[in-house]
Amino acid sequence: MSIQIPPAALAPDTLDSEEEHGVGLWRGAFRRMRRNPTAIVGALIVLGFLLVAIFGPLLTSYQPGSAEWSGQVTPTSVPGPSENHWLGLDRFGSDMWTQLVYGARQSLVYGVVSTALGLTVGAALGAIAGGFGAIGGRFGTWVDTAIMRVVDIMLAIPSLLLAVSIAAVLGQNKYSIMIAVGVAQVPIFARLLRGSMLGQGQADYVLAAGALGLRKRRIVIGHVMPNSIGPTIVQATLNLATAIIEVAALSYLGLGEADPAVAEWGRMLVAAQDRFDVAPRLAILPGIAIAVTALGFTLFGEALREALDPRTRK
Amino acid sequence: MLRFVLRRLALLVPVLVGLSILLFAWVRALPGDPARSLLGERATPEGIARVNESYGFDQPLVQQYITYVTALLHGDFGSSIQTGQPVMDSFGERFPATLELGFVALMIAVVVGVPLGYLAARHQGRVLDTAVVSGSLLGVVTPVFFLAILLKLVFADKLGWLPTALRQDPRVDATHVTYFYVLDGLLTREWDASWDAIIHLVLPALALATIPLAIIVRITRASVAEVMNEDFVRTAEAKGLSRSTISRRHVLRNALLPVVTTIGLQAGLLFSGAVLTETVFAFNGIGQYLFEAIGQRDYPVLQGFIIFIAIVYSLINLTVDLAYGVIDPRVRTQ
Amino acid sequence: MPEMTVQAEPTLGVGRRTDVLLSVRDLAVSFGLRGQKSVTAVDEVSFDIRPGQHVGLVGESGSGKSVTALAIMGLLPKRGVEVGGTVEYAGRDLRSLREQDMAELRGSDIAMVFQDPMSSLNPVVTIGIQLEEVIRRHEKVDKREARDRAEVLLRRVGIPDPGRRLGEYPHQLSGGMRQRVLIAIALACGPKLLIADEPTTALDVTIQAQVLEVLKELVAETDAALLMITHDLGVVAGLCDEVNVMYAGRIVESTTRARLFAAPRHPYTGGLLESIPRLDKPRGTPLRPIPGSPTQTIPWTEGCAFAPRCRNKIDQCTETSPALEKLADRKLRCFNPLPAEADRNGVDE
Repeated sequence: MSIQIPPAALAPDTLDSEEEHGVGLWRGAFRRMRRNPTAIVGALIVLGFLLVAIFGPLLTSYQPGSAEWSGQVTPTSVPGPSENHWLGLDRFGSDMWTQLVYGARQSLVYGVVSTALGLTVGAALGAIAGGFGAIGGRFGTWVDTAIMRVVDIMLAIPSLLLAVSIAAVLGQNKYSIMIAVGVAQVPIFARLLRGSMLGQGQADYVLAAGALGLRKRRIVIGHVMPNSIGPTIVQATLNLATAIIEVAALSYLGLGEADPAVAEWGRMLVAAQDRFDVAPRLAILPGIAIAVTALGFTLFGEALREALDPRTRK
Repeated sequence: MLRFVLRRLALLVPVLVGLSILLFAWVRALPGDPARSLLGERATPEGIARVNESYGFDQPLVQQYITYVTALLHGDFGSSIQTGQPVMDSFGERFPATLELGFVALMIAVVVGVPLGYLAARHQGRVLDTAVVSGSLLGVVTPVFFLAILLKLVFADKLGWLPTALRQDPRVDATHVTYFYVLDGLLTREWDASWDAIIHLVLPALALATIPLAIIVRITRASVAEVMNEDFVRTAEAKGLSRSTISRRHVLRNALLPVVTTIGLQAGLLFSGAVLTETVFAFNGIGQYLFEAIGQRDYPVLQGFIIFIAIVYSLINLTVDLAYGVIDPRVRTQ
Repeated sequence: MPEMTVQAEPTLGVGRRTDVLLSVRDLAVSFGLRGQKSVTAVDEVSFDIRPGQHVGLVGESGSGKSVTALAIMGLLPKRGVEVGGTVEYAGRDLRSLREQDMAELRGSDIAMVFQDPMSSLNPVVTIGIQLEEVIRRHEKVDKREARDRAEVLLRRVGIPDPGRRLGEYPHQLSGGMRQRVLIAIALACGPKLLIADEPTTALDVTIQAQVLEVLKELVAETDAALLMITHDLGVVAGLCDEVNVMYAGRIVESTTRARLFAAPRHPYTGGLLESIPRLDKPRGTPLRPIPGSPTQTIPWTEGCAFAPRCRNKIDQCTETSPALEKLADRKLRCFNPLPAEADRNGVDE
């Protein structure tokens, strides 16, 4: 005997505000991020890092790993900040600031390349698995399962250890760390893309497009994939933070390039250990550099994720 | 339930098979002579001959694989090039150390992390919350080895409050039963041996615990904040229950479920961290062993390590999933 | 059998002796997040509930009825919410009570049944514990006795095989059964006032009637007063003595059930009744919904909130805000109400 108050179906809702009407996903996201203090801090750090890394050679007139002033270093002292070296020397006699700056370049290159590698391979695998899985049928499911089994194998051991193993086997050259960290990131992107594709396969708009007669392939490329871009970029940013740390960890363990002239934050930490009581800055500076850079990317990535999340939008 | 366990164990098999194939193919797939690439720059004719013999590189590929797999099935994961000792024996000797360290680190992470996350969620937006969130963020991005170095150099070398290295002072009388040094001391009533082991664990465990702690804080905080807004919490309040009953039985019991599921992930982080931390403290666990093996290009150790970790990690994840099935009645009673 | 009778005198604390159980005067609630304008959800709400009386609070979603109930119970969030007015229970000012004292009253004197049975029960704790905990909170009984009482309660709300159900979890019960459990929880300690916030809305139609029956019986049996909050006039017709109609946060009409249904005077109430499809009209008679949508309101401070949708609108309605006036047979907030009963001829009922 339920008598409900009838909805007045015909009156249109008034638009909340002009800005919500018709604004794209990205513009709305950036507007939200501008107001978010953590996003701004993250963006500034990332920007600072990029500037230092890209314009490195302009910021310092010295060469990395030159060990020019090794004469000034004694077993009990390492020259601190002075007129010519505003952060002092490192224990091999190179200029500390130069080492840090070139270390930033190294981190940027290694970080970006490995993340790009993980992203490309992982997203491709995930998209294929998800796309075929969404289409279904015996062949589709088989492809999906097969690819995900391979991903499972990669996830059988923790990612850092996976990277360590790969780098150890690849030997001491400059590509080993990049490939190793890149491969370790493949499963994350693969799962992300696959999940995204499968999830959207059931989405109403996809079913609607199918009902309209669009061919499955067109649906996937034209509709499903653009929707996956946002989360992928967020994940890439967050992974870049992890990649920078992992790269440092691997070089700390002695993997990767053997050439001591190449400046790298992780290796600087190794060298700094036995002079800690005379010159703690040798360890503190590179350590903080790693932490702050990773922090910047993490803050930015998380702010981006929040900004793109449809649930937090009004 | 039993079917669930068997199914998960069954899934383990293809993974291990795949891993073993990968490992087999890996070394042999590299360009050039496998023995030479294994040894890298230190290749000498005798070294190459030795490697060829122990790996069987001079035999046909299929033969090699058969030998390899047969050995694996017998539990023979090869022997260290350096010491000649079977790899698994070495792991067996050193694993308790890592396990003890990891366990203590995990305890610290949970015992400190859960209350912190809970408090932060309860006082959202206020000073405590901001401090906790910032702190946990820093915890996530600070490299483990950096923290380990800092801790060691400050508290051990400079201040001398805690020992700088090893699991135990060699001068302390200690009998080893289980090779979990703290436990051994308790079992044999050698209290100072136990205590000595504990103080040697403090710094490495603190360094190792940082990242899991930060993650647990963040997940607990998010989870508690979400659960606090659930309808059933409001029902509990409408019953006039005390704050502590509501927190315990209604909020936490639901909010901690996601935390449990991440414990498996934490185990993985703890293993990774162990490799980086043990070397700083000369803590004789499998982490340090791996580090040495990397330096010496001791590949059988590396291979054995991968398989060993894969098995342990999968078992831990399985256990966590089972535990989750026990604590969440929705999964249990299907 | 648990003690479920009503006592004539207030049992807790000192207070004026009064025959009104709950007295709400000028209750106002507004929500304001940091940096944003505050939104008034409830304003100038006043009504009384006598012991054993059944009062209905009717309105559509967003009218403020649930907020009113939460304000009475003291369950509104502490931050970002401003509450004004008084709520007196048995002569005690609830809003000035310390949290511990309010918690004493909740569940024992004043109990509430919520809307969504799916989410209103803790999924990882057994039904038995969720029942026993409220009993043991307010009464000194041991586990055994609490369990026995819980079983009796479950049987009383019509759940078969109650002993087994005590050990089960919410997800193992159907929606209707869960709502019965919630009713059992609310009535466990014999409250003098039961607040039911849309208890059947989330249920299937066939179950709704059953659950309402259970509610009706138990309330009658225990002589508890009932505040029934709903948007469904049918529920009100079967259950309540007095009805308050809310719109956009204020009460617009307040009278007895008979008078409301026989001769509604506020155009909104009239519209509600008119919009109900009737079996006794010829087939093909067009439906008469209330025009416009609930979002089309003007603030009460600027005039009458219902004006944009009102068929009786006059100029004054958009210029001044109508006050709630006490007429002979009802309270009414309208400048141009529907004709009184005596003046009607041939008006559709």
